[in-house]
Amino acid sequence: MTTTTLPLGEVRQACIALVGPPNCGKTTLFNTLTGGRQKTANYPGVTVERKSGRLRTPVGHTVELLDLPGSYSLRARSPDEAITRDVVLGRQTREALPDAVVCVTDATNLGQHLRLLLELRQLGRPLILALNMMDIAQKRGCQISIEALSQQLGIPVVTTIAMHKNGVQDLLGQIDILLNQTPTTSKAAAIDTWEEPSPEAIRAYHREVERLLQEAVIQEGAPERFTRQVDQILLHPVAGLLILLGILFLMFQAVFSWAEAPMDWIDGSMASLQQWLSMHMADSLLKSLVIDGIIAGVGGVVIFLPQILILFLFILLLEDFGYMARAAFLMDRLMSAVGLNGRAFIPLLSSFACAIPGIMAARTIAHPLDRLTTILIAPLMTCSARLPVYVLLISAFIPNTVVWGGIGLQGLVMFGLYTTGIVGALTVAGVLRLTLLRGNRQPLLMELPSYKWPNPVNVLLGLLERARIFMRRIGTIILSVMVILWFLATFPSPPEGATEPAIYYSFAGLIGHGLQPLLAPIGFNWQIAIALVPGLAAREVAVAALGTVYALSGDEGTVTEALTTTLAHGWTLATALALLAWYVFAPQCLATLAAARRETNSWRWPIFMFVYLMVLAYLAAFITYRVALALGGG
Amino acid sequence: MNSYNEQKHRFDPSQPGSLGLTQPLGQMQRGSTGRILAVSGSVGDRNIERGLLEMGFVEGACIEVLHHGFLGQDPLAVRINQAMTIALRRCEANAVLVGPLHDAAVDTKPGMTLEYASS
Repeated sequence: MTTTTLPLGEVRQACIALVGPPNCGKTTLFNTLTGGRQKTANYPGVTVERKSGRLRTPVGHTVELLDLPGSYSLRARSPDEAITRDVVLGRQTREALPDAVVCVTDATNLGQHLRLLLELRQLGRPLILALNMMDIAQKRGCQISIEALSQQLGIPVVTTIAMHKNGVQDLLGQIDILLNQTPTTSKAAAIDTWEEPSPEAIRAYHREVERLLQEAVIQEGAPERFTRQVDQILLHPVAGLLILLGILFLMFQAVFSWAEAPMDWIDGSMASLQQWLSMHMADSLLKSLVIDGIIAGVGGVVIFLPQILILFLFILLLEDFGYMARAAFLMDRLMSAVGLNGRAFIPLLSSFACAIPGIMAARTIAHPLDRLTTILIAPLMTCSARLPVYVLLISAFIPNTVVWGGIGLQGLVMFGLYTTGIVGALTVAGVLRLTLLRGNRQPLLMELPSYKWPNPVNVLLGLLERARIFMRRIGTIILSVMVILWFLATFPSPPEGATEPAIYYSFAGLIGHGLQPLLAPIGFNWQIAIALVPGLAAREVAVAALGTVYALSGDEGTVTEALTTTLAHGWTLATALALLAWYVFAPQCLATLAAARRETNSWRWPIFMFVYLMVLAYLAAFITYRVALALGGG
Repeated sequence: MNSYNEQKHRFDPSQPGSLGLTQPLGQMQRGSTGRILAVSGSVGDRNIERGLLEMGFVEGACIEVLHHGFLGQDPLAVRINQAMTIALRRCEANAVLVGPLHDAAVDTKPGMTLEYASS
């Protein structure tokens, strides 16, 4: 490319790790340095994401840049932070000791951020200090002598403005200088003897930082005012809560109304694809597999992509703005009443769109017990896949009357279903923390970062990553499950002169019939039992399955319409209410169980999740059915 | 809850020998300021002490209680050295003992005290 002053024979790709406390602008710096050339994978055995990217230095070195999880100290408090510690100490399996570490710090908060650098310096490995957000620090009148700091620390110090490409030139230059020196692949002795700093050691780091700042800071900057003023409103005990509720309302409004158009489009595309295929493929098992198995099944899950992306757009924007920590602050007291941490609020919120991103978002919770509890209750939040079933049953059985104050009975029932889910989740969390997941209540020690305008590149890259993770899951687990379910619903084929729909004679039908005695006490007929078999894969599939069982044909709209009438005549109110209660709890989503397996790294907890939700669903349906019968709903 | 009362008792201003305005952070009101005199692990284990130290609660640092939650006025949002705001529950905050800002015994930073005096 440019002038090649590379040492001869240099072929090895250097690896440089970015380390820094949370909220130091590390991710923005990483994105600026690597552009779109990033990839995410998982560290073996844990669910922490390994984010890496490639960059080419001005001299021509190719560098693999590793973005390590943000950490205040090498004393790791969460699985994320443990990865940071293990990588810089060279203890991470299948990850070479980085050739150099770039410690990113927020220049406006050096007093707190330099301690991590001092910890890293103890390790005796090549190290560069990047003073990030230098532009903001200067705007506040802060002057830092880079030379003095570099001299005192004995390592190269550069300033960076992560938002701009030009702001990283000094850093790239320093990386080149380091890489041109003889590579130090041998572990320094300090790495092997490393141990967690004691409280006294941390105090000593504090004093050393104080001394360094006295040497290097020429002029202290004015304290930040904007965040303080905004927090007067956003963290106000009453107004803050109301604003949080307002934001949540807006978010759900957006998730459900903005997503409508793209969801209709996906739905329409899938339908026309099915139509096109049914016209152009010869009648065969393959045709049935492609149309009824793969396209119908995968389409039923892809349709939630718009909702998930809109939800994540909100979450990423609020996160980047610095609001999410505030939401956790406002909700902490409520969550701590059931033994959870304020941070569990965000994963649970995500679960209202879909439990899968919710379970993934639980990674931000440091303590393993808190995290596990959050994962286990996430499926109780009413995800959008339950909506088609709720809508079908409510419009078939609940009269569209106004009860009181202009509130419709149908809406009230819907609200009740959501509330039951939330109350159920909090109760389960409380019970779990008192029994199975007993442990000390974990402290909430959380930084409330300064507000800043969201960075569009960060948000966009974050969104693409979520979409990729979701689609990858569809490509693997869901696709294979769909094929299996299609097989169950198709074979064996119906006998000659069959009177019932084909699914009646299939394995799914047999399983449904087998389950029927078990489900009779909760008021489910054999049609429901059969529909629940394919509905195990994804909740909303049950609507289509009911359509199949009742042998209704036509496109989706007419099936739902016909189904509403059929059910209203065929089922009792008690049965319908029991099925609604069942749906609040039932773990009918294999993708969620798969996500829980991935995040907890064992089958034990997803199996536990499945069993406890099944038991709750059965109990809820049983009680609802019996009470409804007693009240004359039969 | 036990440790909370214990701390309250220990730093009771009416007790002879205690420094006039000295109190645990967990009992401070919104808007009050002070300087950290001691961070101890007595409330919980040493991990709490380390956690607090890592988040910037160290002897000599200036703190200001900016906000508290709705229920039970818990948790607290505490500004440290005018640079970083940390959320923590009152229960853990009791491990931090806070004295007055202007304390002859502690070396004060001139710039800091001025800021607080004006706000």
